[in-house]
Amino acid sequence: MPSVIGVAAAVRKAYLSRKFKRRNRSILGDFSLTFFLGVFGLFSVWPLVFIINNAFKPLNEIFVFPPNLFVQNPTLTNFADLSIILGNSWIPLSRYIFNTVFLTALGTVGTVLIGSMAAFPLAKYVFPGSRLMSKLVVYSLMFNGTVTALPNYIIMSKLHMIDTYWAIILPSAGGTLGLFLMQNFMVQVPSALLEAAKMDGAGEFTIFWRVMMPLSKSAWITLVILSFQFLWGTTGGGFIYSEKLKPVSYALSQIVNAGVARTGVASAVTLIMLVVPVVVFVISQSNVIQTMATTGIKE
Amino acid sequence: MKQAWKEHWEKYLLILPFAVLFIVFTAIPVLASIVISFTSFNMLEFPKFVGFSNYINLMVNDDVFLIAVKNTLLFALITGPVSYLMCFVFSWLINELSPKIRAFMTLVFYAPSISGNAYLIWKLIFSSDMYGYANSWLLRLGFADEPILWFDKKEYVLPILILVQLWLSLGVSFLAFIAGLQNVDKTLYEAGSIDGIRNRWQELWFITLPSMKPQLMFGAVMQITSSLSVSQISIELAGFPSVSYAGHTILTHLHDYGFVRYEMGYASAIAAILFFIMVFTNIIVQKALRRVGA
Repeated sequence: MPSVIGVAAAVRKAYLSRKFKRRNRSILGDFSLTFFLGVFGLFSVWPLVFIINNAFKPLNEIFVFPPNLFVQNPTLTNFADLSIILGNSWIPLSRYIFNTVFLTALGTVGTVLIGSMAAFPLAKYVFPGSRLMSKLVVYSLMFNGTVTALPNYIIMSKLHMIDTYWAIILPSAGGTLGLFLMQNFMVQVPSALLEAAKMDGAGEFTIFWRVMMPLSKSAWITLVILSFQFLWGTTGGGFIYSEKLKPVSYALSQIVNAGVARTGVASAVTLIMLVVPVVVFVISQSNVIQTMATTGIKE
Repeated sequence: MKQAWKEHWEKYLLILPFAVLFIVFTAIPVLASIVISFTSFNMLEFPKFVGFSNYINLMVNDDVFLIAVKNTLLFALITGPVSYLMCFVFSWLINELSPKIRAFMTLVFYAPSISGNAYLIWKLIFSSDMYGYANSWLLRLGFADEPILWFDKKEYVLPILILVQLWLSLGVSFLAFIAGLQNVDKTLYEAGSIDGIRNRWQELWFITLPSMKPQLMFGAVMQITSSLSVSQISIELAGFPSVSYAGHTILTHLHDYGFVRYEMGYASAIAAILFFIMVFTNIIVQKALRRVGA
């Protein structure tokens, strides 16, 4: 597998390149760690490689058992079949895509913004109720969501949110994971910076937007990834019934569920659904960079 | 109350949108299910109050639940700590790469978590005929004379589920650690090397770990909740119910009562017990984490 060797070489080069070379490193240590990373990486990336290859396999290769990892005679038939099926769809594909993009965009922005706003005071100040709120957030992460589904549905229907996007967006924006993640990063922002900002006459909202958010960029980018991944894959659950409001992953799962004759199309669908989160992931991850370095303030 | 508002109104205002959503979509449903756990509720008739009888039945009369608790604890005892360590070690190892290469390597390791139900690939590996990868290797290498029926032998089920869970380890905590490592003040390393830190292990223990305690705490909570709430991989791989309940966990038990038998009261009591197990574990783990770097 030449690609793997290429990656290992790149990793090693990066380790040794002057830009990243640091004190206290032994060559043997670098090498064995790279080797270790490579081996485990192979195991991890296997399904991804499998999904990519599967999408380009003709039917006879898909049904080989045990399956071959790499495609022998790549073809675009699966994608062509998919486009024919989608062309006949009752609701145009563009509508499904719009639904997903709308849900994912609004939901992700909401999750990051609302979670971070609440995380800031809880992380940096003590005031009446702050301890209780922090505790509730952690503990609620430990209560399993399956049994709350029923009360949740009743609340949604009382609020007339069934069959609207809000049934997906609002619970996700009020999700405790986001707040908990942001809180644990914002704790590290030096309080001296907040004091300095206050001296300059900044209110809490200005401090949140101008100081806290830029300094916890790595954290909210991570939250963007998690939230995006979750919302992108949502099928609307038991909350969205109207066909024209359904997200694209629902439409595609219906195509796949049509049976064994759709196996080829299904592999194309799997790849398509995966491409967007992967691209978002890579772009976001390369933006997870040091933000604290320039502060130069120690607690 | 009035004074607190006067002094801290900006803070309360920042929290307000979250607090409203949290109360409506998390707090009320959780409280409701705790109330339901003291009732007999079949989702058709109005819930009937039964006191602690759901809890008593679970602890005393339900042998399968005890198997589920035993399996879950064994599973969590292994996958929790190992996954946690893996998340940290891998994020630490790729931390020094340039952002582009690091993003790529992160994708490589995060791949099992991003590709949806990619763990179904393990069905191919542990397929019970001679064509499954595991069996075909064992046969070829002469370790077995006939294909092993992996998910039909109770001694194999839990170990395989543990293996799959470990493979799925690098998820939320992994990403949080990567971001956390980027936040460690680099000047501390320079100061450390002047102060006589000689190798990467000392650097790790005395500088890196203490600098990312909040992230370590976060990761621990994530790991506790995920390792104790295993159910889907068990249902998908080992089937439901699994052979002699070998892959039965607290959550598959909950699934059974909640969505097969529609006994929501009983299911809610299971959720409440799981909740207390997690809270208890969390208290112990957080205590242990305070000692890091000391």
